[in-house]
Amino acid sequence: MKPRRITVVWLGLLAATALSWEFGHQSLFKDPRNAGVVVIAIAFIKIRFVIQDFMELRHAPLGMRVAGEAWAFCVGGVLIALYRF
Amino acid sequence: MLNDLQDRSADSHPAAQRVRRIPHVPGESGIWIMIFGDMIVFSLMFVAFMLSRRDQTALFEASRLHLNQTYGLVNTCLMLSSSWCVAAAVQAVRIARNRAARLYLRVALGCGLGFCAVKILEYGEKIRAGVAIDTNDFFMFYFVLTGIHLLHVLIGMGVLIFMARVAAGDVNAKQVGYFESGASFWHVVDLLWIALFALLYLLPPGVRP
Repeated sequence: MKPRRITVVWLGLLAATALSWEFGHQSLFKDPRNAGVVVIAIAFIKIRFVIQDFMELRHAPLGMRVAGEAWAFCVGGVLIALYRF
Repeated sequence: MLNDLQDRSADSHPAAQRVRRIPHVPGESGIWIMIFGDMIVFSLMFVAFMLSRRDQTALFEASRLHLNQTYGLVNTCLMLSSSWCVAAAVQAVRIARNRAARLYLRVALGCGLGFCAVKILEYGEKIRAGVAIDTNDFFMFYFVLTGIHLLHVLIGMGVLIFMARVAAGDVNAKQVGYFESGASFWHVVDLLWIALFALLYLLPPGVRP
């Protein structure tokens, strides 16, 4: 039986959590600043999937979809900029 | 007919497919004003945290290392799993699988209780170690952000109980809307925690020490 999309997303979110844990412990980058950028980026990619798939904005009217995507992209981007520069 | 419906997965049922094809606002419009408002308020607090962190990087990093990251990891897994349960409950109630929906909600509620238990354990450890909201700016943000989030979790658990009660009887279209509204609120609680876990527990120093 084909797994439900929300189940695939949930497993992906758990895997992404494990990945960000690795980056958070600086085992994959020499410069911790790059690891920090990846930690924030992974968090907001995870948030994007929660918004689109669990909150079902993927099937919402265009305005709501754009608002959800814009929030994740803008807030994630601003936090990375404040962190890195 | 009912058995036939119950044998199908939520995704394969025509009703679920119809929801996917036609643009659909999940839940009441009013709840989305509250949800986006909440997300904006939290994003401003995230920005305030990062600005303060830039000015006191060494202090924030030293304080972050006092947090038990395993608690943060466990709570992230609990939140993600509860969100999956709530999303599955919404799909189940749409095809009249109310019993399954109630089971999913009970598991989600259990995850919420687990989250609260871990948080109480974590706060207890901090307080016993003499760390409080006025210790420094990092712990001020830590207690305020996680405290407001914990309040959201408690409200969300009340919402999950309400949803389980709705699913105890026949669910009409309007009640499916209530269900979707409640689920959307719980997912916000999840996504805010994802950001808090990254910013408070995992973020390494932003400048070379």
